[in-house]
Amino acid sequence: MTRQRPNYLAGFGSLVWLGLIGLPLYVLLIATFRTQSSYSSEGPLTFPHHLTLQNYATAFSNGFGQYFLNTLIVTASVVAIVLLVVPPLAYTVVRARGRTVSLVFRLFLLGLAVPVQAVIVPMFYLINQAGLYDSLIGLILPTAAFSLPVCTLVLTGTMREITSELYEAMTMDGASPFRVFWQLVLPLSKGGLSSIVVFAALQAWNGFLFPLILTQSDSSKVVTLGLFNFQTEHGVNAPGLLAAVVLSMLPIFIVYLFARRALVQGLMGVGGK
Amino acid sequence: MSALSIATRTGRARARRSGAGATRPGIAWAAPATLFFLLFAIVPLVMVLVLSFTNWNGLSSPQFNGFANFSKLLDDPVMRQSIGLTLLLTALGVLTQTPISLLLGVWAAGPQRNRAVLSAVFFIPLLLSATAVSVVWRAILDPNFGLPAQMHWLFGNGNLLGSQSGSIGVLTFVGLWQYAPMHALIYQGGARAIPEVLYQAAAIDGAGRFRQFFHITLPQLRTTMVTSVILMVVGGLTTFDTVLILTQGGPGTDTTVTAYYMYEQAFQSFNYGEASAIALVLVVVATLVSLIVVRLSGYGSMRSEMEGL
Repeated sequence: MTRQRPNYLAGFGSLVWLGLIGLPLYVLLIATFRTQSSYSSEGPLTFPHHLTLQNYATAFSNGFGQYFLNTLIVTASVVAIVLLVVPPLAYTVVRARGRTVSLVFRLFLLGLAVPVQAVIVPMFYLINQAGLYDSLIGLILPTAAFSLPVCTLVLTGTMREITSELYEAMTMDGASPFRVFWQLVLPLSKGGLSSIVVFAALQAWNGFLFPLILTQSDSSKVVTLGLFNFQTEHGVNAPGLLAAVVLSMLPIFIVYLFARRALVQGLMGVGGK
Repeated sequence: MSALSIATRTGRARARRSGAGATRPGIAWAAPATLFFLLFAIVPLVMVLVLSFTNWNGLSSPQFNGFANFSKLLDDPVMRQSIGLTLLLTALGVLTQTPISLLLGVWAAGPQRNRAVLSAVFFIPLLLSATAVSVVWRAILDPNFGLPAQMHWLFGNGNLLGSQSGSIGVLTFVGLWQYAPMHALIYQGGARAIPEVLYQAAAIDGAGRFRQFFHITLPQLRTTMVTSVILMVVGGLTTFDTVLILTQGGPGTDTTVTAYYMYEQAFQSFNYGEASAIALVLVVVATLVSLIVVRLSGYGSMRSEMEGL
């Protein structure tokens, strides 16, 4: 489309938003490289004279190495569970006939409307009863379960776009449901699969309520909970706290730098459904 | 979107007519996910319903007490206030986030190259956890060491979180900062799907940018807007992380929203029965508000798309 004149209003608006997004990120990043005394005396905006890595050391000495590892384990496990159970489910929803399957799909649609907050009390009880309180497994299972509805919706959306001609062609060749799934459905659902990986990973990495309620000790703490505890315990050490924040977002940020298109497209896929 | 669902439906009808029975998976394929979901989401949901009619401190076994929790909540000024606050924050969230994310998304959907680079920065907040965002803003808005100490002309005495209106303003602003990019992304996807022909035709008719926006972009984004608003409403009604980290429901109980009140009742006062009743109220309110949004917007097409079996 040829545009006749530059859109000054939009340009101005985007500059304002750039400032709103950029300023806190600038403060965040700069604060982590300055000493606590420089932060409190010079204020968060001025560029420090003297840079230090001490804050990152503080974050690590407060257990963030361990929290980091825990978060990685939780995230990887949640993604693995989602990848294991959602594709067969979505395949069934799209291809199987009958009332049971539409009932199953409705169950997951109902799940979309259930906020995590609503079930946190019984979840606390169940996880305790199962002896999983304060363990990574006790965190992984509910987190994975609550990313199922969105993932199912997204992936069924993708799988519906596979035309029935393709299924028929494979059936003519005498393919079993498993071969159809493996050789036709999965390869043609790559977009949806990457969407659900992105969604599930972000949910797990950034999750807060389940860790807050279901874990306690340092050995099973994840980064979000670590941040919260760091703030309640050493809130005055803003540079140290913010260094921990930067560490907590670093992995996602690296993925964003190198695979921004896939990540954004993935999230767009989630939002579009 | 609806065109797509119509296409798949006719495709399916054709398949049925031609009589070629393709191999179909059995229901067993859905069993692992379904059982898992039943156990970790539906069972707890049913338990919330049961527990909301009990008195339970977490140690002894739950005692049925009928509607006592609910009648207690009806008389509880903090609970009543919390519902008002939650609805207010949700409304403020929708009203601030919708215009900004709509404009951002439509802007980012445009063809210029510099937009891709700028959007890369614009969308950063959606990578961050609510925890990280709240922690960062709390540090930045700290009255002694944050920006308010340096910018008195903007922040006055600087103690933004010391008053109810200030706290609500901060919660709304932080929500906007964090969630507008996510919704902008949704709108960007929607705006990209608008057929270019519409704009070309409008340009030939001499419609300017504003008329194109109001007569093509906005009506075409109707479905997208409903999706986005529902997500905002459900997110707004269950706001918890930001409140816990930024205000702890304070000053006093001035920002004690419903989800936070439930958390306090359950995990600080150990009134699990009452907390379950609050949770149930939350689910019911969230479902009702979503249904109202769907109804008001005449969202019939989405329904057939979701259930298009």
